[in-house]
Amino acid sequence: MIQLDIHKTLKAVNGNMDLQLNLEVQKGQLVTLYGDSGAGKTSTLRMLSGLLKPDSGYIKVNDTVWFDSETKINLSPQQRNIGYVFQDYALFPNMTVRQNLEFALQSNQDNTIIPDIIDIIEIGELQHRSPNTLSGGQKQRVALARALVQQPKLLLLDEPLAALDINIRLKLQDYILKVRREYDLTTILISHDISEIIKLSDVVFVIEEGRIIKRGTPEEVFIGTNISNDLKLVGEVLKIENKGSEYTITALVQANIITIPINASEAEKLKTGDKIVITPKEFHSKIHKVN
Amino acid sequence: MNWEPLLLTFKLAAVTTAILALVSIPLAYWLSHSKSKLKPVIETLVSMPLVLPPTVLGFYFLIAFSPNNAFGNWLNEWLGIKLVFSFGGLVIASILYSLPFMVHPIQSGFSSLPKSLTEAAYVMGKSKLVTLQKVLLPNIKTSLLTGIVLAFAHTIGEFGVVLMIGGSIPGKTKVASIAIYDEVEALNYDTANYYSLILFIITFSILLIVYLINGGYLKRFWK
Repeated sequence: MIQLDIHKTLKAVNGNMDLQLNLEVQKGQLVTLYGDSGAGKTSTLRMLSGLLKPDSGYIKVNDTVWFDSETKINLSPQQRNIGYVFQDYALFPNMTVRQNLEFALQSNQDNTIIPDIIDIIEIGELQHRSPNTLSGGQKQRVALARALVQQPKLLLLDEPLAALDINIRLKLQDYILKVRREYDLTTILISHDISEIIKLSDVVFVIEEGRIIKRGTPEEVFIGTNISNDLKLVGEVLKIENKGSEYTITALVQANIITIPINASEAEKLKTGDKIVITPKEFHSKIHKVN
Repeated sequence: MNWEPLLLTFKLAAVTTAILALVSIPLAYWLSHSKSKLKPVIETLVSMPLVLPPTVLGFYFLIAFSPNNAFGNWLNEWLGIKLVFSFGGLVIASILYSLPFMVHPIQSGFSSLPKSLTEAAYVMGKSKLVTLQKVLLPNIKTSLLTGIVLAFAHTIGEFGVVLMIGGSIPGKTKVASIAIYDEVEALNYDTANYYSLILFIITFSILLIVYLINGGYLKRFWK
């Protein structure tokens, strides 16, 4: 379990910003930090990993103190054993894919874990290539694989999928879910993509100007209610049509365009461009507007 | 023709470059990472030899190392080192004189690497030294090569500093650039021409090799 209560004054372009966070993450959870750029999400991950020192507060992980401003404890990044996937992937260009993974081995760790990870993330055919020759999605997979080598208890993903196109993104989301099941990892993800968040995460923290303004399950945060349906389609309204007494809505759901009938009362609440969650029912689909 | 001045020149350049490499890597690393208030001062001092007349540097060395002064006297009496008009003095003066040519390329090499490379290595539990050896230095090979070659070539080309602190003692401090000056003074234009031509060809070749390697021409040629 991670307990964190930190304060840090960050120098931003338009003056200082106070980052004041208090959050708890249960073991094995996948938690997403959501918010505008500059809200302090990346700084939070950097403070968790020891790359940035908070001004005050504490960070406790499974009852080990990682940082405490009062007792002046501050473990170095090297001592924290964290898997970190950077926004720019940070693959070492002087090493092949496999050497990148091997470099991440700890001094007393045997290397049998490497073939396992290569299997799970399916990068076998890439292992002797140089990172410079890989596509964005491939680099991303290698970065994820490399972060797992040291068998971290905590995995931090800084907008890992932002730069990728939708099909590769969907595939990588599946890898993240797979990895999480396989290694029972506590994971903290930064994401801007609501469908991704609903698909992947247990808990969302919405951060605005350095403070958590909302927390809860993705449904609670983005829709306002808990949806019991197993099938949830997250999309964006493209067109609302009125044919006599009937309304239809056309929405972009991931890479597909779907058209479904909806109630007049639902249609009134929606406009083109809104983010929605569709929960298909037997006779009539229900539409939830995403806030 | 006497080969001694040429051999001495290359010996001086080799020794200077070797010591410079050892000094410059930590210095360039510090300059590219530090946020210290001292940094601008150190950067200025490192760059000074670029603009200062070499004779100024040579003059102060001469004063500082002279056995008539406290520091030079102390070196002479306690350590038995005589730096004025000696090869050792030439090496020390050359190191300072060529320092920016080694430090600047390496420093900009370090600065050009994304910070996340270092941070990724730290998060993996790697120490600063391992990160430097295995991640940073291998990724700035061209900068290292540029620094080494420029420092070497620049040491071959020095004249003012060497003349001030070394004089022109055959076999000890009479390097090729000074030999050329002496020969011209003695109206031996032929000998001066030999020395000059050899220096010209060698420095041209060294720089050409660097540009070929850094531009990737050689790799393409072999493929």
